[in-house]
Amino acid sequence: MNRIASAFENKKAFIAFITCGDPDLETTAKVVREAAKNGADLIELGIPFSDPTAEGPVIQGANLRALSGGVKTDMIFDLVKDLRKDVTIPMVFMTYANVVFSYGAEKFIGLCSEVGIDGIILPDLPYEEKDEFAPICKKYDVSLISLIAPTSAGRIAMIAKEAEGFIYIVSSLGVTGMRSEIKTDLDSIVKVVRENTKVPCAIGFGISKPEQAANAARVSDGAIVGSAIIKIIEQYGKDAAPHVGEYVRSMKDAVARA
Amino acid sequence: MTNQSGRFGIHGGQYIPETLMNAVIELEEAYNKYKKDPDFNKELTKLFNDYAGRPSRLYFAEKMTRDLGGAKIYLKREDLNHTGAHKINNVLGQALLAKKMGKTRLIAETGAGQHGVATATAAALMGMECVVFMGEEDTKRQALNVYRMKLLGATVVPVKTGTATLKDAVSEAMREWTSRIDDTHYCLGSVMGPHPFPTIVRDFQAVISKEIKMQLLEKEGRLPDAVIACVGGGSNAIGSFYHFIEDKNVRLIGCEAAGRGVDTFETAATIATGKLGIFHGMKSYFCQDSDGQIAPVYSISAGLDYPGVGPEHAYLHDIGRAEYVPVTDDEAVEAFEYLAKTEGIIAAIESSHAVAYARKVAREYGRNNIIVITISGRGDKDCAAIARYRGENISE
Repeated sequence: MNRIASAFENKKAFIAFITCGDPDLETTAKVVREAAKNGADLIELGIPFSDPTAEGPVIQGANLRALSGGVKTDMIFDLVKDLRKDVTIPMVFMTYANVVFSYGAEKFIGLCSEVGIDGIILPDLPYEEKDEFAPICKKYDVSLISLIAPTSAGRIAMIAKEAEGFIYIVSSLGVTGMRSEIKTDLDSIVKVVRENTKVPCAIGFGISKPEQAANAARVSDGAIVGSAIIKIIEQYGKDAAPHVGEYVRSMKDAVARA
Repeated sequence: MTNQSGRFGIHGGQYIPETLMNAVIELEEAYNKYKKDPDFNKELTKLFNDYAGRPSRLYFAEKMTRDLGGAKIYLKREDLNHTGAHKINNVLGQALLAKKMGKTRLIAETGAGQHGVATATAAALMGMECVVFMGEEDTKRQALNVYRMKLLGATVVPVKTGTATLKDAVSEAMREWTSRIDDTHYCLGSVMGPHPFPTIVRDFQAVISKEIKMQLLEKEGRLPDAVIACVGGGSNAIGSFYHFIEDKNVRLIGCEAAGRGVDTFETAATIATGKLGIFHGMKSYFCQDSDGQIAPVYSISAGLDYPGVGPEHAYLHDIGRAEYVPVTDDEAVEAFEYLAKTEGIIAAIESSHAVAYARKVAREYGRNNIIVITISGRGDKDCAAIARYRGENISE
């Protein structure tokens, strides 16, 4: 079985997003291990980008801190290599198309496969442009994760039919970041997804509290949390790992109860 | 030049979040419907002529011609348009289209403030709400334009992220569009971003070359030997080039902002120093580092201070149909002063990049040759900054 599928096997998945190199790569390694130990089922590793157009202020800040710290793409591949010595849960990259393109798509995706990255999420690569990387991803058995948004009416079936790994359902309009409530009719989106694919789907954007995560997991196959984790890292810096671990535990418990 | 998926050769495309896909598809459908609609075109032509003051003049710069001692120099006076720049052409087109689509709110990015002022103007005229995103750095460089936008009823949002210049204003406008699509049209200011923007903006700006062609045929009975325009994203340049692309004997020259020089890091000359990439919805050339991080570019001109170039320019460069040359701050400022003293025309610092290059190449041509320079905007907004550049502090 593909490693991503194992995250959803007989359970609801809790997915944690962490920006690599915020505030430094040593901290990222500790945070990832702590998140895995405390029940995260899948880790999204953000490769920082200078102009993250899909991110709200919190993750923008993490990108900026990481790049100011001098993080390079090659250093992140080394980080993953090190993590894979003991971290067995699926890990995917989340970054922007230019990071992959400028590295050389073949080289980048080949390395993903080599170091143990199971998928790639590119928020600026919609269905219409996925052929940019999809054939290479297929070649190296790295899943190119599809996104579905509240505004995807009429497109959901088309996207779901070709989806791989898992489907990232964007809960709300706008950019990443914490929200007090999510108003989108997620049930209807998930219904169309289910009719068209067996690939699991998880909901992200705006989720920070356990009850929100539980709701997302009840509607879909899992909950994705980014900004709330980044906020903890922003607050505790190099000492963030245990605090993130504690938070992941509480969120995982909520998702498991869903 | 555009194929089905909005490509110009390998450039262009729609590299945007899924959240925006239906919005750009809806925009493309509406545009394809209205561009052939006689009523829409009649309404737009009326706005162009009665409101914006088109056609803009094609002026024979006799003193400049004599002084340079080469080709005859004509100036396409887009600076004489209402709001003082070519930006109004695109904005009137897009605002009218947005209105037909039932949108009630326009958002825009702006660098020098000319596109923001034009958008605020169209919004006022058509009774629409308007929010303009502008890099905080640029709100300082172009304080007068900030005030003009506010006067026209727009909200100006200073963007503090990244380098706090044009690229960050584009990013922030895109973020705003993903959070509010139903009633909002993103009035993109240049021939960039995801398809269909590069095509829509080009079509609305193509009136520039259409007029140049007609006016020059009337005055000289022939086509120009060269057309020169400045390039940031490249809307006035593509507008100036478009109807000459098939006329292979007309040299098309785009002038990029080299800032302190293409051998320094303080430059915005994308074609001279950038490489192929994917950013702001399009594949094109971008100034970036080896990891694909977008470079913090620099130019004295806030309007050319952008790390990318429109996909159709990237394509015209690839096939060798247009040439792109870097022009430094120093050369542009000298040209700014030169045109003022020689012809009594204060051109925008952006347009002054084109004037600077024309001064260099005029003598390669003889008296029987013709060069057209597009003066994309007027330079009142730049006077304080140029004074500062010359070590003089004036208050506005």
